[in-house]
Amino acid sequence: MSTATLDAAAVKADFPLLAREVHGTPIVYLDSGATSQKPRAVLDAMDRYYEEINANVHRGAYHIAERATTASEDARRSVARFIGATDEHEVVFTKNATEAVNLVAHAWGRSNLAEGDVVLVSLLEHHANIVPWHQLAAERGIEVRWIPTTDDGRLNLGALDHLLEGVRLVAVTAASNVTGDLPPVRRLADAAHSVGALCLVDASQYVPHRATDVADLGCDFLAFTGHKMCGPTGIGVLWGRRELLDAMPPFLGGGEMILDVRRDGFTPNEVPWRFEAGTPPIAEMIGLGAAVDYLEQLGMDAVAAHEVDLTAYALRTLGDRFDDDLVIHGPADTTDRGGTLSMCLGEIHAHDLSQVLDQHGVCVRAGHHCAKPLMRELGVTATARASLYLYNDESDVDALADALDEAARFFAF
Amino acid sequence: MPGLEDLYREIILDHYRNPRNRGELETPPAVVAEGFNPLCGDEVKVYVVVDGDTITDIRIGGQGCSISQSSASMMTTAVVGKTVDEARDVLRSFKQMMSIHEHGLGADADPADASTPSGLGDLEALRGVVKFPVRIKCATLGWNTFDQALAEVDSPA
Ligand SMILES: Cc1ncc(COP(=O)(O)O)c(C=O)c1O
Repeated sequence: MSTATLDAAAVKADFPLLAREVHGTPIVYLDSGATSQKPRAVLDAMDRYYEEINANVHRGAYHIAERATTASEDARRSVARFIGATDEHEVVFTKNATEAVNLVAHAWGRSNLAEGDVVLVSLLEHHANIVPWHQLAAERGIEVRWIPTTDDGRLNLGALDHLLEGVRLVAVTAASNVTGDLPPVRRLADAAHSVGALCLVDASQYVPHRATDVADLGCDFLAFTGHKMCGPTGIGVLWGRRELLDAMPPFLGGGEMILDVRRDGFTPNEVPWRFEAGTPPIAEMIGLGAAVDYLEQLGMDAVAAHEVDLTAYALRTLGDRFDDDLVIHGPADTTDRGGTLSMCLGEIHAHDLSQVLDQHGVCVRAGHHCAKPLMRELGVTATARASLYLYNDESDVDALADALDEAARFFAF
Repeated sequence: MPGLEDLYREIILDHYRNPRNRGELETPPAVVAEGFNPLCGDEVKVYVVVDGDTITDIRIGGQGCSISQSSASMMTTAVVGKTVDEARDVLRSFKQMMSIHEHGLGADADPADASTPSGLGDLEALRGVVKFPVRIKCATLGWNTFDQALAEVDSPA
C-alpha cells in the first residue's frame, strides 16, 4: 500500500457534504482540525445499525442484540488494528479525546500521583491535555511543568533532561492543532521511561493523518477522538498498555462496568468494559469502525503523502502570493509538520478574516484553538486556522488564497 | 443572505481603524473591569472615571476583532459626559438591539424591520451584527465589561 497515491477527486466524491454550496459558492472545507467531514460509508454503517440491528449490547440473547454486540466489538478490533495494538482489550471507548485524557487523570492519576509529583506537558497542548492536570494540581498538589517551544512552533527539547526531574507522567501531543508540529513522540516516551515515568500521547491530530503504531510510538497511553478521523462525534478512544489498564480502578460507576454488585459493594468488570459505564454509543462505535476501515482502504501512507504534498503546495502558494503580509505560525516546511496552517493576515483580526472567507465558502476556524498557553507564547490572541485533510486538493488552497486576497482588499491594510 | 456590508458598515470600519478613547487610566481614580470572549480569545479592559454622577473619562484597552473594537470605541463616545444612569439606559438599549436574535427573529430576518429601540445614533450601525449570531458576543463584549466597571463604581471591591 505504501506506494499508493490518493485520487483526491474520488475521495472528495465519497463525502456528501462536500458537494454542497454555501452562500452560492461550492463549499471549501478547511476546518478538519476542528472536525472532519464523514464519508458515505460511515453514514451508511450507522444508518444500517439503526435500521437493521438496533438493540442494546452485551445484554439480549436474541438475534439483533447479538448482531449489535458483534458489530460494536468488531469496531473495537478495527480500531486496535488501525493503531497497531495487539490486544483489542487495550482499546477503551470514550466520548472523545477529552474524556480519554480525563480517564487517565482520574483512574491512573488519582491512584498514582501524590503531592510534589510532576506531570510534564508541553506548550503545544490543547486544553484537553492541560486542564485535567491543573485539576489534579489543585486537588493533589502535583506540579504541572512545561516543555517550552521554539519560535517556529516546535518543541524545544534542549533542557529535556533537566525538565524530567521528578516527573511521573509525560503528557504530550503527537501533532499540534495550532502549528502543525509533529513532536518526536518516540524520543519523549523513551525519555519518560528513562526516569521511570509513563507517557500519555494526545494523538487527536495525529491518528487521522498518519499511520499510527503504538509500539513504534513507544507510549503507554494514546488518546484520540473519532470525529476528526472521518468518524462520528460522541466517540473517542483511550488506548493503554494492558497491565496499566488492568491495575486502574474504574472511572464512572454503573451498568456494564461491573462483574457483580452486592449490597455491600461491587466487583469491577474486566478491561476495557470496566471503563465503559452505562450503555455505550453503539452507533458511534460502529461508525468509527467504518471510518477506520475507510481510511485503511485508502491507505494511511497514501493519506499522509497526499497531505504532505498539499501542505507543501499551500506553504509555497501562500508564501508566493502574500509574502510577509501573511504570517503562518509553525514550521516553514513540511518536515515533521502536518497540514495545519495558523494564519495572521496583516492587521486583520482572525475573526474578521474568517468572516470574509466564509462569504467565499471557505471554512476556517478563528480563535485560540483551545491552546491559550501556546497562543500567549506566540504573542497572538487569535489566528485563522486552515487545516487540510485527505479530501482537500490544490483547488481548495487556491480558493483560500483568492479569499485571503479579497479580505486584504476589503480591510485594505 | 446577509452580506459583508451588513456587518462592516463604514462607520464601524472607521472606529476600528481609528479607535476613540483607546488606552489606560490610572486606578484609582479610575476603576477597571476586564472581559473575555472565551470563543475567540478577545480581551478587553474598560477604564472608567466617575466624578459625582458623571462619567468624566473612559478608556479601552485589550485586543479584539473589528466588531468588538469598534463597538467598544463607539460606546465610549456614547457614554462619556453622561451620568451613570443615562449610560445605563444606553447600555440597556444597545443590549436590547443585540438580543433580537435571541428573541427568535433568526439570522435570516431583517432586524431593520424590527421594532427595536432607536435613538442610539451611530450605534445603530451595529444593528447588522445580529444577522451574524456568532458575532453578537463580539459586539457586546465591551458593553458587558463596561457594565461590570459601573458595578465596581457602585460597590468598590
Ligand atoms: C490536539 C487536540 N487534543 C484534543 C482535542 C479534543 O478533542 P475532543 O474535543 O473531541 O475531545 C482536540 C480537538 O479539538 C485537539 O485538537
